[in-house]
Amino acid sequence: MYRSRLIAQRLAAFFLFGWLLFNYPMLALFNRDAAVFGVPVLYAYIFMVWLAFILMVAFIIEGRKD
Amino acid sequence: MLSAWSLILASFAYLGILFAIAWWADRRADQGRSLIANPTVYALSLAVYCTTWTFYGSVGRAAATGIGFLPIYLGPTLMMALGWFIIHKIIRVAKANRITSIADFVASRYGKSQLLGGLVTVIAVVGVIPYIALQLKAVSNSFTILAAAPEIVMPARTVAVPLFQDSTLYVAMIMAVFTILFGTRHLDATERHEGMVAAIAVESIVKLLSFVAVGVFVTYGLFEGFGDIFTRAHALPQLDRLLTTTDTAAGYGSWAMLTLLSFLAVLLLPRQFQIAVVENISEAHLKRAVWLFPLYLFLINLFVLPIALGGLLYFGPQSGVDADTFVLTLPMARQHEELALLAYLGGLSAATGMVIVETIALSTMVCNDLVMPLLLRLGWLGLNKRADLSVLLLDIRRWAIVIILMLGYIYFRLAGEAYALVSIGLISFVAVAQFAPAVIGGLYWKGATRNGALAGLVAGFAVWIYTLLLPSFAKSGWMPDDFMSAGLFGVQLLRPQQLFGLAGLDEISHCMLWSFLANIGAYIGISLLRSPDAREARQAGLFVDALHADHAGHWRGRIRDGNGTESQVEEILTLAGRFLGPEKARTMFRRYAASRNMTLETLKADANLVYFAEAQLSGAIGSASARVMVASVVEEEPLGINEVMNILDEASQVRAYSHELEQKSQELTRATTELRAANEQLQEVDRMKDDFISTVTHELRTPLTSIRAFSEMLHDDPRIELAERSRFLGIIVSETERLSRLINQILDMAKLESGRADWTTVEVDLGQVVHEACESLSQIYKDKGVTLTLEIAEPLPRVMADRDRLMQVMINLLSNAVKFVAQESGWVKVGAGGTANEVRVSVADNGPGIRPEDREVIFEKFRQGGLDVLTDKPQGTGLGLPISRQIIEYFGGRLWLECPPAGGAVFLFTLPLTTSDNAGK
Repeated sequence: MYRSRLIAQRLAAFFLFGWLLFNYPMLALFNRDAAVFGVPVLYAYIFMVWLAFILMVAFIIEGRKD
Repeated sequence: MLSAWSLILASFAYLGILFAIAWWADRRADQGRSLIANPTVYALSLAVYCTTWTFYGSVGRAAATGIGFLPIYLGPTLMMALGWFIIHKIIRVAKANRITSIADFVASRYGKSQLLGGLVTVIAVVGVIPYIALQLKAVSNSFTILAAAPEIVMPARTVAVPLFQDSTLYVAMIMAVFTILFGTRHLDATERHEGMVAAIAVESIVKLLSFVAVGVFVTYGLFEGFGDIFTRAHALPQLDRLLTTTDTAAGYGSWAMLTLLSFLAVLLLPRQFQIAVVENISEAHLKRAVWLFPLYLFLINLFVLPIALGGLLYFGPQSGVDADTFVLTLPMARQHEELALLAYLGGLSAATGMVIVETIALSTMVCNDLVMPLLLRLGWLGLNKRADLSVLLLDIRRWAIVIILMLGYIYFRLAGEAYALVSIGLISFVAVAQFAPAVIGGLYWKGATRNGALAGLVAGFAVWIYTLLLPSFAKSGWMPDDFMSAGLFGVQLLRPQQLFGLAGLDEISHCMLWSFLANIGAYIGISLLRSPDAREARQAGLFVDALHADHAGHWRGRIRDGNGTESQVEEILTLAGRFLGPEKARTMFRRYAASRNMTLETLKADANLVYFAEAQLSGAIGSASARVMVASVVEEEPLGINEVMNILDEASQVRAYSHELEQKSQELTRATTELRAANEQLQEVDRMKDDFISTVTHELRTPLTSIRAFSEMLHDDPRIELAERSRFLGIIVSETERLSRLINQILDMAKLESGRADWTTVEVDLGQVVHEACESLSQIYKDKGVTLTLEIAEPLPRVMADRDRLMQVMINLLSNAVKFVAQESGWVKVGAGGTANEVRVSVADNGPGIRPEDREVIFEKFRQGGLDVLTDKPQGTGLGLPISRQIIEYFGGRLWLECPPAGGAVFLFTLPLTTSDNAGK
């Protein structure tokens, strides 16, 4: 019970964090004419954060079964 | 190579395979070996979210706005992170209340309101029809394009095509047939369709694989990887602008708005609700879906921008090839017909998956929340008396599916060409987002009422129609568009897409803003007009406290014509049988009886059974209708004032109990303080006792020591002279007297202090007492040559006191006085007089007086004034004054000392006059 409540709180925190990362003004920071390995930074930023977000959520919810 | 016929064949073969999978899964489910009882299947089936809009439309949107397609998938990613709260709770509520659609959910939450269920159904149908139209359009377009291969020809404007040559019409009909096959083969009380879910999961895999295959082909076949595409796009000014987003407030505002919109839609779209909630087998499956579904979205979007840019680069921006078709046309352009076919099947999967689940969900809603309540009301149809309604229910649903798809087709004919795929989808998103306040608010806010939900939905829906739906008709030329530019009734402020002059936002954000303002405002405002009634409050409790509530016993039912137990159960059973089929109902009831260790025959028609029956019926005809039907055989006792009082009582008992606890703890604190004080007092008394004993011992030892010393001298030395001997003996005698006086006084003091002294309270003539005391001491005064004068204001009033004790006080004061005055020149004056309410006696002397620091001390035990303990021999016992004071105070008087500046000491005491009530105090 305690553990699931903890997980819920972590997910809620991640939700808020994700909302910040995927919106203005964080987006504006990367909304520029530049590229990493040929990929525009905005595009790279969103997809990297997105993947990291999914992996973190997966880690939180599927993590150690203690 | 790909003729139209071979395409048709391939399509049917693919759908046939899907149907076989569904059939197999249904059979497995019947055998109790569910195929879909698997978290991965659950997560994949959630990907029904990705329709042709994703499959073809994302590329189109990316070609127009760059990364503008992404919020549609970021929103769901964020919602899934919250899925552990919200979806979890909705699943729990839906399972407990046998909720089978979002309309049912809203209706049930606000007191099982049929009106609300109907309204939600209407909004859902009207809102989702454009979305269905979009699927039809996409399938028919992709078919047309692929059939024309190897040439790349954009489909003609559909309006130009006669009705019966329009492939879209046939697509709609075929979809209707398949949906009916998938969704309405039999009636299930839980509205679950295992076969359909299995097929959807397979379709999700096909969608993903085919899209990724095209993506890999474009990225690595046509170009040399991501970097290559982006670098080339960067070189072209028209494409370069797609690599960044519009850096304006409105741009980011609409980005956030789209994120919010898709965040809500992934929960509220009828098909998402169907898959995520109704078809959910185990809450635990949610755990994997929370991350696997977003991962799916991530993967399917990875290649969207490369395909869009690749298409624009390959065909050139002015080629006339619609970006919505790049997924098909890029493989075709390179004669990769197998890949094009795979892409076509992926698109078909996306379309059929969406259409099947959406129309099944809508048909359930239309049947349970719209048609059945109406039919049941129409008494002349005699539905209330028909034995088996399950066939009717299935028929209603089949017709609903056909009608919904035909409506989709009509919308496609009317408005289809005016919009790109994504825009049509967004119109639907905004419509279903109107459910958000009622659904999410209803999950967490107990104060929301039916009227509030109704008002919110009506307001939001009205704004949606005016600012989004009607303009979409106007733009397609189906209705006059002058109200668009001039505003309703020519009022500029009412222009539908610049409502109240709000310009600068895109139409979706604009509509979201106004509709949510109206919706949430009305929802909260109207809800707060009154508190929820009993039924609303009960349902609110079921929903809001779903994660820790027990649902049994909410029916306080009794049977209307209660003759015997058996017939009552039979009545409910018959009712259930009419909707579920008699055999099925009987099996269910038998299973229910078995779960309670009873048989069908011994089953009692208690509240639990009624609740069970209502839940089963809810599955078939919706919660609102089920309640009406059950109420037709079972009389529900309204939530009476007594029960409300009971609930209140419980609450107030809890409160009273906690109040009591608080009081107790306060009392305890108080008691502790008192105890501590008492303890301190005890310790003080104990210390005083120790002091007293040591003082007494000391006082006793002093005379004893001298008695002993002189006795030993007399005993040891027989040669002592006679004169000396008699002096020693005199000392011994006087010390013995002193000792016995001391002991007497100690005993006296102890008696007084313990309250065990004997008092003989009578009327006393104080003057007489003073006279007698003076007389008895006159010899001592004469011996010492001290003058004793009496001034008594005769006659003194009488007082109530103990004569002997007063005498004791007088003698003590007089003997003290004579002890301290000088020989021959000393004098002692005794005065006595009465006032209105007391008698006052004073004993004044011209002795050395008493040092200021000793003036209170002398009234303490064993303390004597003005003595240096080491050198002076004590002249008294040190108990006289304390005893005297005790005596005077016992009779309600005062004894104190005054020292006139001229010198000497005056001891005074007063005694209250004889009034019967203060005697003997």
